[in-house]
Amino acid sequence: MNAQQMIEQAASIPLDERSRHLRRLVVEGLIGGGRGHIGSSMSLIEIVRVLYDDVMRFDPQNPRWSERDRFILSKGHGCLAQYAMLADHGFFPRQELATFCRSGTILGGHPEYGKVPGVEASTGALGHGLSIAVGMALAARIRKQTHRVFAVMGDGEINEGSVWEAAMAAGKHKLSNLVAMVDYNKIQSYGFTREVQDMEPLLDKWRAFNFAVTEINGHDVQALRDLFAGLPLDPERPMAVICHTVKGRGIPFAENKPEWHHKSNFDDETVKALYSALEA
Amino acid sequence: MRKTCLNMVYELAKRDERVVFVGSDLGPGVLDEMKHEMPDRFYMEGVAEQNIIGMAAGLAFEGFIPYVNTIATFITRRCYEQVAIDAGLHNLPIRLIGNGGGLVYAPLGPTHLAIEDMALMRSIPNMCVVSPTDADEMTRFMDETLDWPSPIYIRLGKGGDPIVSDGQPVKIGRANLLRAPGDVTFISTGVAVGRCLDAADLLARQGITAGVLNMHTVKPLDAEAVLSMAAQSSILVTVEEHVLINGLGSAVLEVLGDAGKMTRVLRLGLPDSFSCTYGSQNSMMSDLGLAPEEIARRAAEALRGPDQTTQPDAPGLQRNAGN
Repeated sequence: MNAQQMIEQAASIPLDERSRHLRRLVVEGLIGGGRGHIGSSMSLIEIVRVLYDDVMRFDPQNPRWSERDRFILSKGHGCLAQYAMLADHGFFPRQELATFCRSGTILGGHPEYGKVPGVEASTGALGHGLSIAVGMALAARIRKQTHRVFAVMGDGEINEGSVWEAAMAAGKHKLSNLVAMVDYNKIQSYGFTREVQDMEPLLDKWRAFNFAVTEINGHDVQALRDLFAGLPLDPERPMAVICHTVKGRGIPFAENKPEWHHKSNFDDETVKALYSALEA
Repeated sequence: MRKTCLNMVYELAKRDERVVFVGSDLGPGVLDEMKHEMPDRFYMEGVAEQNIIGMAAGLAFEGFIPYVNTIATFITRRCYEQVAIDAGLHNLPIRLIGNGGGLVYAPLGPTHLAIEDMALMRSIPNMCVVSPTDADEMTRFMDETLDWPSPIYIRLGKGGDPIVSDGQPVKIGRANLLRAPGDVTFISTGVAVGRCLDAADLLARQGITAGVLNMHTVKPLDAEAVLSMAAQSSILVTVEEHVLINGLGSAVLEVLGDAGKMTRVLRLGLPDSFSCTYGSQNSMMSDLGLAPEEIARRAAEALRGPDQTTQPDAPGLQRNAGN
């Protein structure tokens, strides 16, 4: 399947009940906080779903377990997707989602280390997560530990020069225990990435930084499972996975709409429409 | 001082497996022994300061204590957000070693002069700021860094500076009194402490007693020592190789103001200006009124009364309008 087919298919695969359930959890947070990066969270769901459901080792009762796989949501503004997964896996009670962004909550508009069980680093300022992941992957190598480190970045985030500094380091150190993923939904805050700052040829960029590179339909649960079952892609190189996704996926009236990158102040009608879009 | 500091990193690494060294693109041969003896704890990562700080944070999250080293301007200005967020917000035990604090790189011009490094670092929550005065003090201070739970910015002098710290034990956040408080008491940090001791000798010849407090830790500041000096002196004179905005002098004023114990304070330091000349650290400090003679003259003048004080010419840092 070529990239164009993946992009088209990303929008067409029907969402199963698990994917709709997780999106409803995102909406719970969104409505609770009266705001949120909805488009950026919805495009991420299948990526985090497969990582948490099928790939990563972790223990919600012991979030600091030393053998756990590390997950860093470098695009911290997509945190509602991670919060949904963490709540669903019992890192904290589901009711917390409704406190999103409120005074006293543990669930801020960007994820915070030390507040949210299961969050490895505070992100939100873009372009930080991959460097931290590089340090964590190096630490695992020094200690001869076998866990992996996953970092998910946004396609606007990778405009940051620091991402490419981190990519140089990961390539230099041949960190095969590191997986860098890009949620390539092709829309950043202002508009379409191809107009704001086109990152193409994106696969070639990562390849040039000595990554083993692959692309995938980021909403295809089985394809993601199959990919991660074969880790590492290359025993001598870190891995970059370009995930073709759809911004706002699962909410038809929000899909591919730059204005749904972040939304606030939902009226009753919108709330109803959001839940209705995610019904079975 | 730099050599002593880096040698201490190696010594600490031999003692403690958590210690790792991360450099940018330092001179050839830096810490060669450590590199060969413990290659998995020595990293030279190239001219990529943002990544170096983030990578150090990743290592620190996993229980390591990274000692990160590059030129002071680059470890503070270039990667400020990484220092603030990755090191500061996470409150990780990263040690930032800045070569050439102040005017050390005078011949290299304003891109390399760390004139506001302490201001930048002091403003970051959780960050400790230390500016040892000589190589001996550096050795004693480095022992203290192993178990400090938070990030530390370590400002290095040029090296070969006179040993003036008098063998006193170093405790982070605890100032060392080198001369008992007098009519005037100098509060200083880094290599400027030595100049204050010389200035105190000059004042003594004029019959003016002068104390010298070595404030190696600029944050957390030893407020108790500042208030004690204020209570025992007619005037405090802060001396720093740093702009007067948000450096040691500012910190001293904050302590006095917060305690409601405003006393007379003369702040000596660098003007709010980029340099436009070269030369040496020594010549530039003299040009800017930080030679012992000038420090003594201005302290004596200030002691006589506020109406007697004059601003020094600062030829090194005056840019012509329109340039």
